[in-house]
Amino acid sequence: MTGSGAVTVLLFAAAREAAGRGRLEVPHREGLTAAEVWKDLESERPALAPLAGSVSVAVNHRFVPRDTVLAAGDELAFLPPVSGG
Amino acid sequence: MTEKFSITADPLDANAIAEGLSTSEDGAVVVFSGIVRAHNKGRKVLHLEYEAYEAMVFPVLERVAKDVSRRFGVERLRIHHRIGRVDIGESSVLVAAASPHRGTAFEAARHTMNEIKRIVPIWKREFFEGGDVWVEGPKEPVTA
Repeated sequence: MTGSGAVTVLLFAAAREAAGRGRLEVPHREGLTAAEVWKDLESERPALAPLAGSVSVAVNHRFVPRDTVLAAGDELAFLPPVSGG
Repeated sequence: MTEKFSITADPLDANAIAEGLSTSEDGAVVVFSGIVRAHNKGRKVLHLEYEAYEAMVFPVLERVAKDVSRRFGVERLRIHHRIGRVDIGESSVLVAAASPHRGTAFEAARHTMNEIKRIVPIWKREFFEGGDVWVEGPKEPVTA
């Protein structure tokens, strides 16, 4: 559940498959950045590593830089290069 | 009433998307239909499967429409995209743009498609003879 002390993390397409899941919660801490969440994920799930250079980051449905500081309750998403159309 | 934006698992109707879009001031309606072709990069394609981050698709489509309005002055724009399985010959995306003149309608539709392929959070998986693969667009991350 999305408590006040957590960040919801969503993974899509190739990132979802590499991680083996599309949604998880990570505890929030002061100053936590999107890049730090990715690093932690990558160390637990090395299959994510090849995607590191190409994933985009979105917070609450907006594209943001990787060094964006997260707030408790944020929805963080890691998006591989999109391929709609 | 045809929605401005939609994400649907149902077949798209290229005739229906422009219904009621143009006004008496418009001289052009451009409808673009992207369809699934049978060959890609030397592979025999069986079908595609699309996945979307639906909660983000709509805000990003709003952003695309604002950009189209700013660049071309085109306010009458619709975008419909399939999700799930799409077979060869079926339409995976429709864009309709209405404008007083054809040039801006063409350009608005073209730019909309380019932006869909660049920033709208939708991914396709290609199922071909012998395997399947996630298709990836531009590798440069989007940061704003």
